[in-house]
Amino acid sequence: MNAHSIPVLAIDSLRVEYPLANGSVFTAVENASLVIRPGEIHALVGESGAGKTTIGNTVMGLLEKPGRIAAGTIQIDGKRFDAAKGSAAGIVLGRDVGAIFQDPMTSLNPLFTIEDQLMEAMRFHLKLDKAAARSRALELLESVGIPEPRRRLKAYPHQLSGGQRQRVVIAAALSCNPKLVVADEPTTALDVSVQSQILKLLRDLADSRGIGILLVTHNMGVVAQIADRVTIMHRGKVVETGTTQEVLRHPKAPYARALIGAVPRVDRRLDRFPVLGDEGKGRAEEARAELREKAERSEDVADEAPILSVENLCVDYTTSGWLPGSAGHRFRAVDGVSFSVRSGEVFGLVGESGCGKTTIANVVSGLVRPTAGRVLYRGRSIAGEGATHRIGPLRQAIQMIFQDPYSSLNSRMRIGSILSEPILFYRLADSRAEAESDVARLIEAVGLEADAAQRFPHAFSGGQRQRLSIARALGARPKLIVCDEPTSSLDVSVQAQILNLLKDLRDATGLTLLLISHDLAVVRQMCDRVAVMRQGQIVEQADSETLFDKPQHPYTQELLSLVPTLDRIRGETQAA
Amino acid sequence: MFKVLLSRLGQAALVMLVVSAVSFVMFRYVGDPVATMSRENASVEEKAELRRSLGLDQPLAVQYGRFLTRTLSGDLGISYRNQRPVTALIAERLPATLELVIVATILSLALGIPLGVLCALKPDGIAARLVQAVSLVGISTPTFVTGIVLILVFAVSLGWLPSFGRGQVVDLGWWSTGFLTVSGLKSLILPGITLALYQLTLIMRLVRAEMIDVLSSDYIRFAKARGLPTRYIHFRLALRNALMPVITVTGLQIGSLIAFAIVTETVFQWPGMGLLFIQAVSFVDIPVMAAYLLFVGLLFVLINTVVDILYAVVDPRLRARSA
Repeated sequence: MNAHSIPVLAIDSLRVEYPLANGSVFTAVENASLVIRPGEIHALVGESGAGKTTIGNTVMGLLEKPGRIAAGTIQIDGKRFDAAKGSAAGIVLGRDVGAIFQDPMTSLNPLFTIEDQLMEAMRFHLKLDKAAARSRALELLESVGIPEPRRRLKAYPHQLSGGQRQRVVIAAALSCNPKLVVADEPTTALDVSVQSQILKLLRDLADSRGIGILLVTHNMGVVAQIADRVTIMHRGKVVETGTTQEVLRHPKAPYARALIGAVPRVDRRLDRFPVLGDEGKGRAEEARAELREKAERSEDVADEAPILSVENLCVDYTTSGWLPGSAGHRFRAVDGVSFSVRSGEVFGLVGESGCGKTTIANVVSGLVRPTAGRVLYRGRSIAGEGATHRIGPLRQAIQMIFQDPYSSLNSRMRIGSILSEPILFYRLADSRAEAESDVARLIEAVGLEADAAQRFPHAFSGGQRQRLSIARALGARPKLIVCDEPTSSLDVSVQAQILNLLKDLRDATGLTLLLISHDLAVVRQMCDRVAVMRQGQIVEQADSETLFDKPQHPYTQELLSLVPTLDRIRGETQAA
Repeated sequence: MFKVLLSRLGQAALVMLVVSAVSFVMFRYVGDPVATMSRENASVEEKAELRRSLGLDQPLAVQYGRFLTRTLSGDLGISYRNQRPVTALIAERLPATLELVIVATILSLALGIPLGVLCALKPDGIAARLVQAVSLVGISTPTFVTGIVLILVFAVSLGWLPSFGRGQVVDLGWWSTGFLTVSGLKSLILPGITLALYQLTLIMRLVRAEMIDVLSSDYIRFAKARGLPTRYIHFRLALRNALMPVITVTGLQIGSLIAFAIVTETVFQWPGMGLLFIQAVSFVDIPVMAAYLLFVGLLFVLINTVVDILYAVVDPRLRARSA
């Protein structure tokens, strides 16, 4: 690209502040500078709270009150941004600056058709009449690669898949020929295969239309795949900036090195995830040892048989039909799946959304009834054929950790009550006092301070909440924990800590884990054996090393090739 | 959709059967109509004769069977007090109540929605705070107090508006309306406001809460990011999403307004269903009470079904789900 052309975005020593209620000021962004030229993709990377989204919002004029630009300048296409008005003269949001948001499921209004939502911006900004706007909407849908665009125009958002919706969002962002697009985590909510298509689309748009893209993301793999330049932020400050190749290959700042190190690798297995500064471990280890001791007193004899076996499991979801008596639509979510989990191992189930992996987790934990087949725990049927009603004690042995640590803890209960619930329910403590000391031990075992019991969930960060979810699962003294995407809503460094914690707990208490994830890198780092699922069936099942090094099934190979990794950096592939 | 509708109708029939059983039991066990109707010093023979002429000497099952057949053929019996068919009484009173309810509903929607939007858009403005405070008073003051205060101010002190009755009505065959005369319209104002007040505050608060919710949603942020005009975002996009639950609540409220406008009608001596019911209660006029019960049950079942259908019309997601 022409280095002398006017940059589409030039931010110079920007400071964004939020005045707080007590009179002090929280600085969300400090002294940030970056330049984006036409056709360039500039990635803004950092963990939650780093200030990257604040920069994106400020550029879009969407900075939430009472936030304000305290210092520095922003120029969009050479035009100076007015801090007081929150916009630049001659720059119209939506016309010159397009936006792509994270979650395509929620960024489209459910009550309006795709056509309505694409046309409105064009009608306001470009003053097109209805017919012209409609024909342009059709062109846009074609250009973002939506099949049958004419039909899709009349569709409502819920009739499209996540990937298609994100394409519609991109089409809306492009509708008025913007010079700059701010994409805030555009692929975080999508499957790897869809992600790779959307990333390709963004790259093409930058190359063919000369649009400058500010890509806000936490995913280093995405950065490596499409960004030209990278800026890494930490707590509101820019810690490193440069070309993608420089920054990812030779990070200089310690934080940048740590962040890049914490990214789970899909290409080789490490013993532990490198984390930024290890937490006080001594007490946690003691607590875990005590947990183990307690668990062993109630231990039944571990035998050689698999702890969990799933045999020919089928699950159908049915919807009612149009006419009374008509069978309705039947959807087979899980289709003849068999696998077994050995005692003490970590078994991974991988696949894209809709492949049935979560349904299996729900069957194993008793939340969904199978249509056919059965699930055995230590040789006794707990779901499906031959399952008895008296499976309470078996339930205790299988606990679950959910994906979203924000909604899986009851916000009206203190941590102490949340954690003591399973202990009291299964009568694992003789007295309330004993239950309380158990709770304290659990909290320490997951690396938090025991006084956490007095507080409510909102006092904790996402990572801490997930630790508490783990503590709650451990409270029932399970033999098997089903982890459904335990880290997919967490930052990389927090993810690394949680995964390390799960590994440590496994080593310390001899737990068995059934790990469900869409993230191949996480699965490789965690699991001993892996099953790859697609459309309700297992396509390949093997030791994790074998599976990742020599994938047999074409689908596994395809999935692996689509994962954005740090090994394929854009500058380098182009040079090669 | 069709299947959903059919199952709704099935449920409706079941509900109505239960309601009819309850209203029949009322016939049988609440008070003794013979005692109320006959002279104070009536002889035993006279009473037995009355009992026979009312059909109260038959076995229970026979009475219930007769009751059902009669009800289904539209005969709800004869009022003990007025000695006139209950159907005719209700048909006579229904227009008064319906007109009052229509006025109250329009009033509460026309004021409640804009005020709710105002409170959501400018939550810290003086107007919003004032509206919020007044609405709290509105929601916590009993209807009879509001009614009496309104009468005191506008009818007694100022003398602007009539304090009771429907004023002059125009007969349109089976419907008598107060909409066509000045005195009829004037008479509607005070009871209309009284009846609307509670519903108004309810709708206002609901719209406010929903609107605040919707305004913080991703799709509204995305609309802002596309640079759409603020008014367009607020009134064309967000309001439509915010009005979804208002449909349900308005539907249910219309039902309870018709059924329980009793207090307002009593305060204003409004010749509607409520007043009919109150009089029926004080005279143990069981056929009227039973018919009223049936009528209210039918009303709620109908309104709920309409609301369900309306919901599917407004929200495309529901259309798909039931298809």
